[in-house]
This record gives sequence, structure tokens and C-alpha cells, in this order.
Amino acid sequence: MKRRKERIDRGIKARSEDIFALSSYREMFYLLVPRAIPVVGLLGVAPFLSPYWKEVFISTAVYALLAISWDLLISAGLVSLGQSLFYGIGSYVAGALNYYWGWSPLFTIPVATLVGGVLCTVMLLPVLRLRGIYFAMVTLVLPLMLMRLVEATRILGGTEGLTGLTPFPNPVTSFYIIQIALLIALFGFRRIIDSDYGLVIRGINDNDRSVMSAGINIYWYKTQILFLGASVGSFAGAFGTHVDMFAGMPGFALDYSLLPVASAVVGGMGTFAGPMIGAFILVPLSEVLRALGALRIVFYGLFLVVFIVALPEGIFPYMQRKYHQFERWVEIE
Amino acid sequence: MLLGTLVYGFINSCILALVALGFNLTFGISGVANFAYGAIYIFSGFLTWILLNSLGLPYLLSVLISILCASCVGLAMYYLIIIRVKGLALSEVMATFGLGLAIMELFRYFDFVGFRYNLPVFFDGSVAIGDVYIDYQRLIIVLIAVGLTLWLYLFTHHTKIGLAFRAIAQDERTALTFGIDSDRIGALSMAFGAGLAAIAAIVILPLGTIAVEGGYEVLINALAVCIVGGLGSTVGILVASVLIGYAQTFTANYLEPHWMMLVSLIAIAVVLVVKPSGLFSHQKELEERI
Repeated sequence: MKRRKERIDRGIKARSEDIFALSSYREMFYLLVPRAIPVVGLLGVAPFLSPYWKEVFISTAVYALLAISWDLLISAGLVSLGQSLFYGIGSYVAGALNYYWGWSPLFTIPVATLVGGVLCTVMLLPVLRLRGIYFAMVTLVLPLMLMRLVEATRILGGTEGLTGLTPFPNPVTSFYIIQIALLIALFGFRRIIDSDYGLVIRGINDNDRSVMSAGINIYWYKTQILFLGASVGSFAGAFGTHVDMFAGMPGFALDYSLLPVASAVVGGMGTFAGPMIGAFILVPLSEVLRALGALRIVFYGLFLVVFIVALPEGIFPYMQRKYHQFERWVEIE
Repeated sequence: MLLGTLVYGFINSCILALVALGFNLTFGISGVANFAYGAIYIFSGFLTWILLNSLGLPYLLSVLISILCASCVGLAMYYLIIIRVKGLALSEVMATFGLGLAIMELFRYFDFVGFRYNLPVFFDGSVAIGDVYIDYQRLIIVLIAVGLTLWLYLFTHHTKIGLAFRAIAQDERTALTFGIDSDRIGALSMAFGAGLAAIAAIVILPLGTIAVEGGYEVLINALAVCIVGGLGSTVGILVASVLIGYAQTFTANYLEPHWMMLVSLIAIAVVLVVKPSGLFSHQKELEERI
């Protein structure tokens, strides 16, 4: 009996890329397993964590949301070095609504998501025409500017911030809210980018001039993507505020800008799953390294450098490639 | 009061110009936005302090060593990191930013915080202009800023390496056909930029203490001046530093010192919105930014 090796994905890929005509459960299984991992991982495994690691998990998920939002922006060629802008705005909107008017988290979070998204979009609207590092510079500067503004004008609690906000009714709710939000963002954004709409977005990233010459208003598309990304970031901020029961200047801190970028670089840009994996590696790692204090940021910095130089594609594309290269023995007829 | 503001505004402008020169040199020649610039500034400040106070070396020697070390860091950064991601603006920015962060936070980790970390002034004492007193150190800053600018002009116009710098900046491919190695020039431009950061640190830091936060501020100031003036344009740098320098001093004197940092941030935002290429940019076309 003669045998040869066969790549598993070839036939499945040809049949499943455009038309969904899978011929067996086995093939569906092949496609489904990688997509089921995050769902099972989040909803199935997470409840068994100890209370301490549950908290770590929540902050990891917040960073993962910011990283996914960063990844959406990069898909449209918008390089953001200031995810903390979204986080900070979201946390201040939710915090202010709760602090001054006593709204419950049930209302502040959706409102902060929308209002934060609109506010950030309006703030970045004038610089949407900029490309590459010039857009990056503005986004790096804006949160720092707002931080100074809060410090100088002493609005919204000034350097003290808004304290004593309403927490979630119980930890379980917050735990599941963030997981579901994360899954929606992950699969929703992947769906968007794979659609025809996403094709335009990716086109803007690859060559905006040619998209423009096709008669498409790229600034309108960029605005929409910016709003989506900013809303997700603001949601993370609003959520984080109610978990910490505090909204203040640390919301604009460099941590919230740097970690999502580092996660995306480590995990693989433009894949959405990559930044999530990156966040789930980096944040728990930094929690383990907490004893080292300021040295953590040193590690982030070096991580960023090492991955950019040594594995520029990131972990997720690497894993994806290996998964597609699985082979099996088949008989030669 | 007004005379004092004018004089100190001028000094502030010189400080800004001094800070921005190195960043601008690297970007103008090799196109690398060195986000580790603030870190190198702080690094050379602390290194000088260590050489002076822990090892007890003479002042001149430690200054020379730290300028040399900063240049070596720039050189090593180019050959170890930048050369692998050259041309990918995003990767360059993130790699240098990450490295800068690592350097600065390493100093924080080793507890380089406090008032005892300061560098000595060159000469003690002060001089009166009208009824405004200025210490010698600030005068020296002005002298060195003017001197360095002149020296850079002469260097880039009358030496072989300087001409090669400008050649690469103007047209890399044509420069290559003349046998100019663009990697060597890129590495040298990083080294020169880092060296200039070290000089700026040694001259400016005696005015206050050496603090890690200073690194971020230096980076933002350098970015502000370069963006307002137009990255890669030396005339633009000088005009922009005068503009921002006076704007900062006036806000500090007539509003509140808190607002001072906001000036450079607002300047960046406004210029990028209104005239993205900067006030005096001629090398870089608009297309690159919009």
C-alpha cells in the first residue's frame, strides 16, 4: 500500500473561502476548532480561576479590547499610539455620569460607549487626513494634553479624580459582561474586515490613492472605523472605571497606550485574534512580574523591540500558518 | 517684567532649539523618527552624574565620555534594530519608542529619583541686563545653541561626511550612485543625533535635576519644534523654537506654569491640522503626510 502526505487545508480552503460547501463534519471540525478556542477558553475556563486571577483576567480583557480596537484602526491605516485617549474619555464620561447624576453602571456604560466614541472621533477628525507616523504623533500627544488640561483646570476632580463610583452589583456580572463584549468585538470585527466593506478598509491601508481614484470617499470610511474603534476603547474605559470605582488622570496614562500596541505587535497585527492573544500573554506576565515594580515597563519595551525585529509577523499568523500546514497520510489509488 | 520675559523667552527658545537639533538631524538625514531621543538625553545626564560623583572623574573627561557613549548607543541602535526595519515607519517608531521606554524606566527602577541628581554648572554667578538677572549657565546655553547651529551649518556644507549627509537626505538613490553608503550615513546620523542629545543634556540639565519624566518632556518638545518647523528643515527648527519658546514663557509668566507643556502639545496639534508639512519644510513633500 502506497501512501503520500496531504495538506488538510487545501480542499477545505478551496471550498470554504467563497462558497460554504463543506462535505463532512470532519472538515467543519477543522474550521471550527480554532474559532472555538477563544469561546471555550473565555466562557469555559475562566470561571474556575481564583478570585485574584479573576481580577487579573478582567484587566487582561480590558487591555485585549483596547488592543482589538487598535487593530481595527490599523486595518484602515490609522496608527494610534494613544489608545489611552479612548480609555480615558470613556472612563471620564462614565465616571462623570455616575458621580454627578448617580446613574447606574447599566446606563453609564452604554452611554459612555457611544458618547466616548463620538467625542474621540470629533477630536481626531481634523487629523484624519494625516498618515502614518504623523497621525501617530497626534494620538500620542492628545491624551498627554488632556491629562495636563485636567491638571491645569482642575475640572472633573482634577488630580484627585472622581472616587467612590458605583461598582457592579456582583463580580460575576462584570466578569461575564467583559467576556461577551470581548467575543463580540473579536468576531464582529473579523466579520467586518472580511466583508466587502472591510475590503475598502483594507484597500485604504494598502493604497489609499487607488481607493480614492475609485471614487470612494476614504475620509468617510476612516471616520466610521475611527468611531467603531473609539467606541470599543471607550467601552473598555467605562467598564474599567466601574470595576476600579475610580475615574481620573491615570486613565490617560501611557500604560493604556503602550500595552495594546505591544500586544498587537506580539500577537500579530491585522488579525484581531493576534492582539487578543498578545494581551493574554503580556498582562498576566506583567502580573507575575509585579514584584519587579518599574522593571515591568522595561520588559514591555524590550518585548516590543524584540518582536518587531525578530518575529515581525507575530504569534498568531505563525500559529495560523502552522495549523494550515497540518498533513495527514492518504493512500495512493 | 516684560524685559525679563523677553530675555527668558529667548533663553527658552535656545533650549528648545538645542533639544530639537539632534532629533531633526537624524530625521532629516535618515528619515528615522528617533523616539528614544528623550531616553538618550536622560541617559547621558545620568551617565555624566555617575562618572562625576560615583567614579570621581574630572568634569571634562566625564562629559566627553558620556557624549561618546551616547553616540555609541545611537550607532548600536541603528545597526542592531533600525537596519532590520528600515523604511517601515511604524516599526521604526515602535522599536525606538520601546527601547527608549526600557532605558528610561530602567533608571527609575534603579531609583535614580531625587534632588541629589543634578549636574554642576560651568560657572557660578549671574549677570544683570537692565534689571534682569541671568545666571552664567543660561548665557552659556545661548552661546552653545548658537555655536552648535553654526557648527552644524559649516559641517554639513564643508566636510565630506556633512555633504554625504545632505546628499542622502536630498536623494538617496542618486547618492548611492556616487558611492555613498546609505546605511553608514544613516548610522552616523543616529550617532550624531544621539551625541547632540548628550550635549543638550549636559548643558541644559544643570538648570534643574535629572528626572526620568524629563525624558518624555524632551521628546515632546523636540517633536513639537520639529513638527512646527517642518521635519528636516534647520531654518524651520530655529523659527519654531523661537515661536514655541516665547509662547511657553509668556504662558508661564502670565497664565500659569501648569499650562507651559500644553503650549507645545497644542502647537503640534494645530500645525498638523493647518499646515501638516510644517512652516518651513521643503524636503519632505506633503504627500508623505496626507
